[in-house]
Amino acid sequence: MTDTEQAINQVTVRQTSSFAMVATLGIVAMLSGLLVVITWQLTLEPIEENKRIMIEKAIFQVIPNAQYRQSYTITNAGLIPGDEGKGLAFFAVFDKTGKLRGIAVASAAQGYAGMVNLLYGYDPQCECIRGFSIIKMAETPGLGDKILSDENFLANFNALDAQLNSENSALSNPIISVKHGSKSNPWEVDAISGATITSKAVARAINQSAQLILPKLKPYLSQIKYTPADPSDSKQE
Amino acid sequence: MPIKEDHTITADTFLDGIWKDNPVFIMLLGMCPVLAVTNSVINALAMGIATTFVLICSSILISLLRKLIPKEVRIATYIVIIATFVTITDYVIQAISLELYNALGAFIQLIVVNCMILGRAEAYASKNRPLKTVINGLGMGLGFTIALLCLGSVRELLGSGSLLGFSIFGAQFQPWVVMILPPGGFFVLGSWLLLFNWIREHNKNKTQQLEQKGTS
Repeated sequence: MTDTEQAINQVTVRQTSSFAMVATLGIVAMLSGLLVVITWQLTLEPIEENKRIMIEKAIFQVIPNAQYRQSYTITNAGLIPGDEGKGLAFFAVFDKTGKLRGIAVASAAQGYAGMVNLLYGYDPQCECIRGFSIIKMAETPGLGDKILSDENFLANFNALDAQLNSENSALSNPIISVKHGSKSNPWEVDAISGATITSKAVARAINQSAQLILPKLKPYLSQIKYTPADPSDSKQE
Repeated sequence: MPIKEDHTITADTFLDGIWKDNPVFIMLLGMCPVLAVTNSVINALAMGIATTFVLICSSILISLLRKLIPKEVRIATYIVIIATFVTITDYVIQAISLELYNALGAFIQLIVVNCMILGRAEAYASKNRPLKTVINGLGMGLGFTIALLCLGSVRELLGSGSLLGFSIFGAQFQPWVVMILPPGGFFVLGSWLLLFNWIREHNKNKTQQLEQKGTS
């Protein structure tokens, strides 16, 4: 009897009190919180700056001769500057002289591995798509990511037709991707063989967004003017 | 019954992680990032450095707190400490380069569950002084990074025909796309394991033969 009791007593003595456990975890969690918040605050500015540079690079890549950009939103009430309001947001891009060169719009579509997020450039003068750039995607390296390097594929976007129909309600010809080598119309995207799903996703993302925003944008095109005082504008370095 | 601590620091404290106990080639720990992010040298290097940073920082803290942490809640405490440094790494990589951050994807957050780090915390940091732990952690991290680079360089060379983004084989080279895809990771890992095990077996046989000669 004494032996077992002594053994039990010894065990209970050696056991850590609940308070010690809670205190340890609590202190460690507090320390952890402190470290994470300090890092978050220190890195917040560079991260925001990186994101801004990334978007800017993408915008100036899809529209040639770009120098300044301003963001706009088309709401139910009309065109408003900035990207705060609810509606269709886009970037207006101007050249050195302040002339409107095109608009850049963000869009996305389901690719082979998750969403393909891209930004495309629309040129109102030729009513065509001038290029696209990928913001984020997880397509297969070596296959799906050929959409960034394949010259034949990129040539689709030299002047991809995006004319509106006579009622200005939709594109006169929807932008579609066709099997590699069978492109016959200026609104078709010649897909890359081996990256068909990703090519289709690019065409679909552009088509969906263009069908939606271009008819609404048309009446406001003359209102978009470069205003240097606008705080949201920026210069390409 | 306090565990006896051996404070002597030898060259092996550092070198164990690189050769004898290499986390990837010998202990086969942390296979998830090893297979997933080694499709290019730069990704492999970034993952290696990030993991080493988390390993060393968490080891220091765990080693400093080793006498205060009750053994009942030690795993929970270790995970909180490791997760803290992973979150810090996550933010720092975002601040350095968003492109790199997107390339590494979810695998930065997954360093939390890299069993090499928790394994070191449990088996080493909780039993040794901070300095010794740091030296060992540095060796382990370096061994892990070297292993990732071994895989990354072979896969990038065969899969894209380049190293660190520079073209090696020229334009006429037809890349073996399978090498940058997941199966390529298994092929290359298998080949490296074969090589390292062959070298180890070879060395073992040699020493045995020498011993037999010495006794006879």
